[in-house]
Amino acid sequence: MNLPPRIRKALVLSPPLIWVVLFMFVPYTILFVFSFWVQQYPTFAPAFQMGNYVELFRDPQYLQTLGRTIKIAALVSVFSLLLAYPYAYFLVFKVRRPGIRLALYMAVVAPLWVSYLLRAYTWKTILGTTGILNSFLISTGILTEPSPVFLYNQVAMVLTLTYVFIPFMVMPIYAALEKIPPSLLEASADLGMGRTASFVRITFPLSLTGVVAGFTMTFCLAFGDFIAAYLVGGPDGMMISNVIATQFGASLNWPLGSALALVMLMIVLTIISASDRFERLGQGKFA
Amino acid sequence: MMSDIIRLDRLSKHFGSVIGVDDVSLNVRKGEFLTLLGPSGCGKSTLLRMIGGFEDPTAGRVWLDGEDVTDLSPNRRAVNMLFQDYALFPHMTVGRNVGYGLKVAGVPRREVEAKVRDVLDLVGLGDKINAAPHELSGGQRQRVALARAIVRRPKVLLLDEPLSALDANLREAMQVELRHLHQKVGLTFIMVTHDQTEALTMSDRVVVMRNGQIVQDGAPQSLYDMPANPYIADFIGTTNLFSSRLVDGRVACHGQPLRVNPTKIRQGADTFGFRPEKARLHRGDAQADNLLRGTVCEVLYHGSIARIIVDLTGGTVLVDLPISDASAGLPAIGELVAVEIEPHKIMSFVAEAAA
Repeated sequence: MNLPPRIRKALVLSPPLIWVVLFMFVPYTILFVFSFWVQQYPTFAPAFQMGNYVELFRDPQYLQTLGRTIKIAALVSVFSLLLAYPYAYFLVFKVRRPGIRLALYMAVVAPLWVSYLLRAYTWKTILGTTGILNSFLISTGILTEPSPVFLYNQVAMVLTLTYVFIPFMVMPIYAALEKIPPSLLEASADLGMGRTASFVRITFPLSLTGVVAGFTMTFCLAFGDFIAAYLVGGPDGMMISNVIATQFGASLNWPLGSALALVMLMIVLTIISASDRFERLGQGKFA
Repeated sequence: MMSDIIRLDRLSKHFGSVIGVDDVSLNVRKGEFLTLLGPSGCGKSTLLRMIGGFEDPTAGRVWLDGEDVTDLSPNRRAVNMLFQDYALFPHMTVGRNVGYGLKVAGVPRREVEAKVRDVLDLVGLGDKINAAPHELSGGQRQRVALARAIVRRPKVLLLDEPLSALDANLREAMQVELRHLHQKVGLTFIMVTHDQTEALTMSDRVVVMRNGQIVQDGAPQSLYDMPANPYIADFIGTTNLFSSRLVDGRVACHGQPLRVNPTKIRQGADTFGFRPEKARLHRGDAQADNLLRGTVCEVLYHGSIARIIVDLTGGTVLVDLPISDASAGLPAIGELVAVEIEPHKIMSFVAEAAA
C-alpha cells in the first residue's frame, strides 16, 4: 500500500486511540457530568450544582469510609513493604545461585496468575468459623469452640489485601536492588563503612525508587479494592469502592456515586503524580 | 624488612575447583608503583582484591605495614581502591562522594570540607564539587574516583584496570597524570592491567602473571630486554620467536643460520628470538654479516616506522623499518630483502620454563 505517511500514522494509532477515547475518556466525562446532576427518585435529572460534593463532606459516613479506606490501603502498603523489602534484599544479595533466586522470585509472583477472586476467597476459608485457623486452634486446644473474630473485620482486610498485592511491592524493589552495582557497596566498605552504615547510606537510598513505586502500586490497588470487602471485610471492613458500588446499585444515586468516584480518582491521581515526580528526581542518577 | 608496605605470603585463592591465585608471594616497597600485568583470568584482579579485602584467600597471609590484615574486612584496612567502573555513588554530589570516607573516620566537618577541596584541586576538579556524577565526563568521573580513593591517604592505593573505560587519547593523558600524581602524593600504588604499554610506561616495577602465578618480576626495561620466557617475550612487545638448537655458535631461523653470542645464551635453550626493532632491513642483494634472506610479503605502515613482514620460505619474521631510513620509499611486496641481526641481540629461552 502506498498511503501518505500521515494516513499511515493515523491507521497505526487509531485502534489504541479509539480504545482510550471510548473506554476511558467517554466514561470519565460521563462520570464528571453526572456528578453535578440531582437525584429525583427513582431517576436523576440533569443539573449543574455542587450538592453531591457538599453531601460527601456533610454526611460523616462518607468521610469516615474514605478515612478507613485510606487507613487500610496505607496499612497494606506498610506491611507489604516490611515483608517485601527484606525478602527482595535477601534474594538479591544473599542468594548466590541464580536458579534458586529465580524460583524464590517466582514463588512470590506466580500467585498473580491465579484469579484474584480465588486468592481473596482462600482467606475466607482460612479465617472463617469452619476455617483452617479455627480448626488448628481447636485441635491444639487453644480454643474450645470456633471463634468468629478472625473474619469480617479490618484485620482480615489488611491481611488479605497484603497477601493479594504484595507481589507489586516485591517486583519493583527487587528490580531496584538488582540494579545497584556491587562495586558501590565494595567502594563503601573500602572507604570504611560497616554493613549497616553502607545499607543506610547506599543501598536504601538507591532502592528508594523501587520502594516508592511499590508503595504507589499497592496503595492504589488496595485503595480501589471492593471484592475483598465483600469476602472478608464485612461492615467493619467496608471500603469507599463498596459505597460507590452501592450508589450505582441499590441506592440508585448515580450523581452521588459519580462525585464519590471522582474524589477517589483525584486522590489516586495525586498519589501517582507525586510518585512520578519523585521518580523523575532520581532519574539520570543511574547513568 | 621495614620498607615493605605489603607482604603477600604464599597467597592462594581457589574458586571451587578453579585456581584463581596459586601460591603467590610478593613484597611491595613503600612508595613503589607496581603493576600486576597479565591476560584476563591470570589471577591479577583476584590478587588485588585479596589485598583490598574483597576476597578471602584460601591460603596464605596478607601483611600491611607489618600488620597481618588477612582476616580484616575492607573497611578496616588502610588501603583504598580505584574501581574499574569508578563506583561513584550516583545519589551524592562530587563533594559528598569524595568526603564519604572522611565522615567515617570522624573528621570534623570543616576539616572534611578543606580536605575535599584540596584533593579536588589536586585532580583539577575544584569547580565540580557540587556536580552530580552523571553530569561529568568519563575522564572527570575517574578523577573524582581517584580523589575519593586518595583523600584518606591510604597506605596503599589499589587501581583495578583504571584506564580501561577511557578512549585512547584520554588514556594516554591519564597515564601521565597518574604517574605525576604518584610522585606528588608519594603513596604506594598497585595497579592491575592487561595492557603492556600501560604497564611499561607507568610502573617502577612490573609483575607478570599467568595461570595464577608470577612468571616474571622486574623493572619495565629489564622485562623488555630480558624476558624470562617466550611467553613474556611475545606478551610484552613483539618478538620473532623460533625453535632451534645451538650448534657451533649458530642457530637456525626458519632454516637459515644465524650466529649468536654464546656467552649470552641460556643453558639448554631451545627457543630463540629477536625483536623487530632490533633488526635492520637491507634492500636487494646486500652483503653483510648475519643475514636472513627473503622477500617482502606485507608492509604495515605505522607512521614513525613501517613494520615489514618478510617471508623466509620456512616462515615469516617481522622487521621494523624506521621511516627516516626509508628515503628510497617503502619496499614493495615481493621485493628481495635481507634482515640483519647482530648476534648479541638474539634472545634465548628454555621453552619448558614457560609452561
